[in-house]
Amino acid sequence: MAAPRILFCHCAYAKVVPPEVKQEVLRRLCESGAGFDAVPDLCDMSARKDPALKRIAESGAVRIAACYPRAVKWLFHAAGMPLPAEGVEILNMRTQSADEVSRDLLEKS
Amino acid sequence: MNKTQGPNQRIVLHEGPGSAPLSSEERYRTISALLDSGFEVTRPSRGWEAARDDGSTILILENTELKAEAAVAAAREARDRSGARQLGEWKPWFPVIDYDRCTNCMQCLTFCLFDVYGVDENQKIQVQHQSNCKTDCPACSRVCPEVAILFPKYKNGPINGDAVRQDDVRREAMKVDISALLGGDLYASLRNRTQEARKRFSTERDESRALLERKRCLKELGKDLDIPPEVLMSLPSVEDIHERAERAKAKLAARQARSQTVRDARPAPTETEWGI
Repeated sequence: MAAPRILFCHCAYAKVVPPEVKQEVLRRLCESGAGFDAVPDLCDMSARKDPALKRIAESGAVRIAACYPRAVKWLFHAAGMPLPAEGVEILNMRTQSADEVSRDLLEKS
Repeated sequence: MNKTQGPNQRIVLHEGPGSAPLSSEERYRTISALLDSGFEVTRPSRGWEAARDDGSTILILENTELKAEAAVAAAREARDRSGARQLGEWKPWFPVIDYDRCTNCMQCLTFCLFDVYGVDENQKIQVQHQSNCKTDCPACSRVCPEVAILFPKYKNGPINGDAVRQDDVRREAMKVDISALLGGDLYASLRNRTQEARKRFSTERDESRALLERKRCLKELGKDLDIPPEVLMSLPSVEDIHERAERAKAKLAARQARSQTVRDARPAPTETEWGI
């Protein structure tokens, strides 16, 4: 079974994600051998109905480092590209530590 | 180009065959710099469909000597050539509907002053004009009795997408009741407060005092509801608000009556018919 894809949201427009958490998570991703997609801002992509969301939503299992799972789920839906019901894991950089997020993102990747 | 539309520029950081990998520090610097400049970045791993066509414009960087600054310059050049969208023109602040909670009551549509909401062909509420939304204004989420409206960039839960607790639902329901007690809608009460301040101005003949009072009232209300001053200052008249609500109710009633008599044989009203 293929490892889940990884999506990292940089949340470029707001300070709601602690900078030290998102920087550390990105650093750990860069240190790993894992492939990943990094996007400047999922909200912005949702508003634009960016086709990249479709590519991500349809790519099978995916782990997403962003914010609250409820927000991420409905951002994809709002773009007309809902995430699949299964195989999606959303990690919350607003409330979880960089250690927790990185560990769960990179687990068996 | 519309500020909420258009493809973005995606950068694929190729470190596979034919290209020696970057150091992890240089990789971090490069990807951070690209993200800060508004580019989407894919770092592929073996077996990935990294460059699968999704309509975005793709630039593949594989120069192992490339430093972060040069990578950003190359990406900008590619973006200028392709006409891909630039980030930074609009802070993506807009409501997102949680359809697991939404009951399609249309309170948000009636309440919003800026035509952010509309309905689809099945008369289901949806966010149609995101860029009309007033940045940092979560007012519509405060009138939603089901706590179904999110602003992912808002500071506090549950508006930011945090889990909804029973207390949140009770609190939101209370807000709606309170607004009804105050005369039908929150805007009416807001305007009444403003008019009180104006009245004081006219009776006391003290311009500075009246203005200070008005500002104080608006500041208090803005603080209580977390509504930006520019939104408070652009409130329509109470009559306008009531008229919008009545139009929405009349259209809904007309549609329900039509559905009952012809059992939905006719096509549903178009969005234009619904436009209020």
